[in-house]
Amino acid sequence: MNRPVKSRKLTSYRAALMPYSIWALLFVLIPLVFVAYYAFTDNNFQFTTANFNRFFTATSNLKNDDGTITEVHTYLLIFMRSLKLAVISTIICLLMGYPIAYIIARAGAKTQKTMITLIMIPMWMNFLIRTYAWMTILQDTGILNNLLGMLGIQPLHIIGTETAVVIGMVYDYFPYMVLPIYSVMAKMDVRLLEAARDLGCGSLSVLRRVIFPLSLPGVISGITMVLIPSISTFYISQKLGNGKFFLIGDAIEGQYVANNLHFAAAIAFVLMGILLVCMAILKYVTTRHVYGGE
Amino acid sequence: MKMKLSSKIYTGIIFAFLFAPIVILLIFSFNESKSLSVFSVFSLKWYKELMNDRNTLETVRNTLVLATCATAISTVMGTAAALGIDRLRSRWYRAAMNTVTDIPMTNPDIITGISLMLMFVFVGRLFGASNSLSFWTMLIAHVTFCLPYVILQVLPKLQQMDKALPEAAMDLGCTPMQAFFKVELPEMLPGIITGAIMAFTLSLDDFVISYFTSGNGFETLPIRIYSMTKKTVTPKMYALATIIFFVTMSLLLISNLVDNHDSRKLRKRKKSQDRQTSSGLS
Repeated sequence: MNRPVKSRKLTSYRAALMPYSIWALLFVLIPLVFVAYYAFTDNNFQFTTANFNRFFTATSNLKNDDGTITEVHTYLLIFMRSLKLAVISTIICLLMGYPIAYIIARAGAKTQKTMITLIMIPMWMNFLIRTYAWMTILQDTGILNNLLGMLGIQPLHIIGTETAVVIGMVYDYFPYMVLPIYSVMAKMDVRLLEAARDLGCGSLSVLRRVIFPLSLPGVISGITMVLIPSISTFYISQKLGNGKFFLIGDAIEGQYVANNLHFAAAIAFVLMGILLVCMAILKYVTTRHVYGGE
Repeated sequence: MKMKLSSKIYTGIIFAFLFAPIVILLIFSFNESKSLSVFSVFSLKWYKELMNDRNTLETVRNTLVLATCATAISTVMGTAAALGIDRLRSRWYRAAMNTVTDIPMTNPDIITGISLMLMFVFVGRLFGASNSLSFWTMLIAHVTFCLPYVILQVLPKLQQMDKALPEAAMDLGCTPMQAFFKVELPEMLPGIITGAIMAFTLSLDDFVISYFTSGNGFETLPIRIYSMTKKTVTPKMYALATIIFFVTMSLLLISNLVDNHDSRKLRKRKKSQDRQTSSGLS
């Protein structure tokens, strides 16, 4: 009597999964195919590689500070700039976030919870507004320069520079770096650290030989979680860079607004490719150092 | 463990960095003058002005309607999916489901947005529509990016559950339906609630995906904020941000409480189990 009940239950579990399976196929997988389809076709949906040719060969003139003009590859330059700013932001997030994750993980249970909540709070402010708030802080006549003026320090010109864009990215994605590192460190066995110290390790070499290798999985996922959104962001660069520093996200958005959907798809396609390569490198590093180490 | 002074100073600096913009925003939402860098007199002027801004309030309403619909659909579908994934026997199917659940979370928002938009436009053209983006396309997009969060909240609760429990209930005379409502649903409930709250806040907050999939005059609040920040911004927007901030904060607080309650219950159950086994041993 038991068997028929059981099998009926299993088919009903299957049925429960059906809507999601169909949904994921229609709205997760097929749309990704459409990116490739649009990227390789022209306005009449005929096959073409023109979008990619344009991406890799389009040039524009860049005016240097001294008035001379250099010809640059428009989109390759944008790509390299996005990659550069994203990598810088990720490194700063890591350098700032790693110590704080360590401090939190070593604090008492109650303090840990409060501090993690505090780290997460800025994430619940809309990202557009957060970025805009930074714009008002960093402006030439903004709050930061008012404060510096009170201290008698020369005003800084930050808005419209790459520094401002990096500050925005670091601020917006900082929690994504701290949280995964913290969650790995909180689970770390304290006895290992004590053992290392008993066996004659100094504080620095405990950090280098025990804590850092053990926290690597958290570091890797933190890097991924900061790198991906900062490489693909738009808006931050528009507001904090005064529109002078176009990033890949801005390029895609610009083509979307101009209704060049096929070219937008091609840029998105290249972005996906770059991200896959980044992920593959990170994965390689993880398996090599975390699971396959000596 | 006591914190070292250097750690305290470092923590202070980091939190100052994290909270400076938010505090400034809160303060300047009460500023009498229009300036966003010099505070003159305390006033509720911008809150009043916000209450009279029909267009913005309309987008608030849109955002809430969209978030409610997206949460309802993704919670029901995601919970059902978690039940199914939990019982999947085929390794291949399970791996496929895991990958597909990961995609919207790891893909940059801009890719998710662009890819859905391209498909909507293409399908719309097949049916001869000139502008196929609307409330419905946004709803589909929001459900799509909320679903993984619901699933990942519900699935662990199911994996913690003893699979013999629903069967025991049926042996004791429950119909499969009753067993589901009396055993499985209560086990999943904390996960469902946290998942639903996460879906709701994500949907409220989303800008990038909404930006690419909205159209035909249906605007949500983040999209309105985007177009507002293209021109100069008045502190009215700061007042709005302050309100949204406190609403999302309270939602999160509730979800935290639910989660705490649940983990306390779990600990209690584990303790009583331990006691039983130890008394059995002695």
